[in-house]
Amino acid sequence: MSEAVQTPKISMRDVRKSFGTKKVLNSIDLDVAEGESCVIIGGSGTGKSVTLKCVLGLIKPDSGSIKIDGTEITEMDNDDHEDVMSKFGMLFQGGALFDSLPVWENVAFGLIHGRKMDREEAREIAMQKIEAVGMGRQVGDLYPAELSGGMQKRIGLARAIAANPEIIFFDEPTTGLDPIMADVINDLIVKCVKDLGATALSITHDMASARKIADKVTMIHEGKLIWTGSVEELDNSNNEYVDQFIHGRAEGPITKHANMV
Amino acid sequence: MKVKNYSINDFFQTIGHSLLSFFAAVGQFSAFAGLSVSHVFRAPFFPKNFLKQIVSIGYYSLPVVGLTTFFTGMVLALQSYTGFTRFNAESAIASVVSLSITRELAPILAGLMVAGRVGASIAAEIGTMRVTEQIDALRTLSVNPFKYLVVPRLIAGTLTLPILVLIGDLIGIMGGYIVSVHVLGFSAGSYLSQSWDVLQPMDVISGLAKAAVFGFIVTIMGCYHGFNSGRGAQGVGAATTNAVVTSSILILIFNYILTQVFFS
Repeated sequence: MSEAVQTPKISMRDVRKSFGTKKVLNSIDLDVAEGESCVIIGGSGTGKSVTLKCVLGLIKPDSGSIKIDGTEITEMDNDDHEDVMSKFGMLFQGGALFDSLPVWENVAFGLIHGRKMDREEAREIAMQKIEAVGMGRQVGDLYPAELSGGMQKRIGLARAIAANPEIIFFDEPTTGLDPIMADVINDLIVKCVKDLGATALSITHDMASARKIADKVTMIHEGKLIWTGSVEELDNSNNEYVDQFIHGRAEGPITKHANMV
Repeated sequence: MKVKNYSINDFFQTIGHSLLSFFAAVGQFSAFAGLSVSHVFRAPFFPKNFLKQIVSIGYYSLPVVGLTTFFTGMVLALQSYTGFTRFNAESAIASVVSLSITRELAPILAGLMVAGRVGASIAAEIGTMRVTEQIDALRTLSVNPFKYLVVPRLIAGTLTLPILVLIGDLIGIMGGYIVSVHVLGFSAGSYLSQSWDVLQPMDVISGLAKAAVFGFIVTIMGCYHGFNSGRGAQGVGAATTNAVVTSSILILIFNYILTQVFFS
């Protein structure tokens, strides 16, 4: 009932995108409510990343509507879009840290250049964020190349939350990490999102991660969202695609088509 | 009969395909260049990045440009001597050296050396940033990658190459002087005055103007190919090669066009 009143934080309607003749997104509909953590699961090459990048505005969809706080973003010009971006934080799959800058400046980058904050002030906030992701202040003066993969992910997370964004995007946050570090990152994500009261949209194929960080799970297959439900409903979805994916079985409806080809 | 028809069709198809993709690439590049230049005049600016690029494009190119122009000046004096003695025209060596260096050789050599050194490194750096999603990261942090990455390099390249060429002019003429005076036995005073007297302001200025254009070509090509780099190490490698090849060819083409404009 409250849904009728509240505007969803993120709303996608009939979003389509093709690269050449390949239809990557084939009508995506998705609502994410304010403060909700939504995880999109699905195999490689099913359109997860493209969905995320469409919402971020890094890729322009061919058709359809994407609204952030009820404002259409697909028709925006660059300057307006930069304003919308200031609501966003993004943790990239490989960290995407700027290797020419020290760690603290990476974390403070959006504050200094996006928000025009004083460098000293931004440095202090960056150091606090570095501590918030469980690392010492001395790390701030190192360069990204001197950090391990897990540390880079944590700094990427610190950079994503540095400007206290309203919406945080996570692109495969646990890929390439050992199980323990993956769990550390999952805990940090849950904590950071909760502390900020932010809305989160993540994509992953790591079910342990999805179960931990999601309120709502939706599965993408061949450019369509084929199932959406709460994380509790995941095990009783009555959807054979979802069942195959969450149990990681080689045999099933997802691979049937691939096997025939 | 049928076979022949197919081959003619194929022939025209191939031409058509390559023409279409050529014009598509030209269009894509023009849009990129237009967007880049439009950002040159709009705030915010990143002075720190600009200074960094001045140092990496200008200062660190000094040894390469200095060495190439130095040896070119020397070899020019030597070659002119062997040729000119046949016509008893040794006195023209000084003017040949100073005119060829200032008008053509210093700008061309500096342009090509910088294309190899700077164009490649810009394409590799921006290409790697593209591949590792750092350019996307810039945009999510509300920073325009054209302003942050492209504009500082464009301005730095366009401004520093003329300075490099001016230094190259001096070093090249000095190379010619050293060979003429110390190897070929000319008198120092008359060689210097001959070098100086023949030079018109236009000779030097045209060389510097060329250098500015070459600086722009090298940096915009580096940025363009970096931005459009393919995936992975192979993509970045190809971007680097394309940046160097296209900027070198464009430098040679524009050198001809500009010479035509300046001296006819």
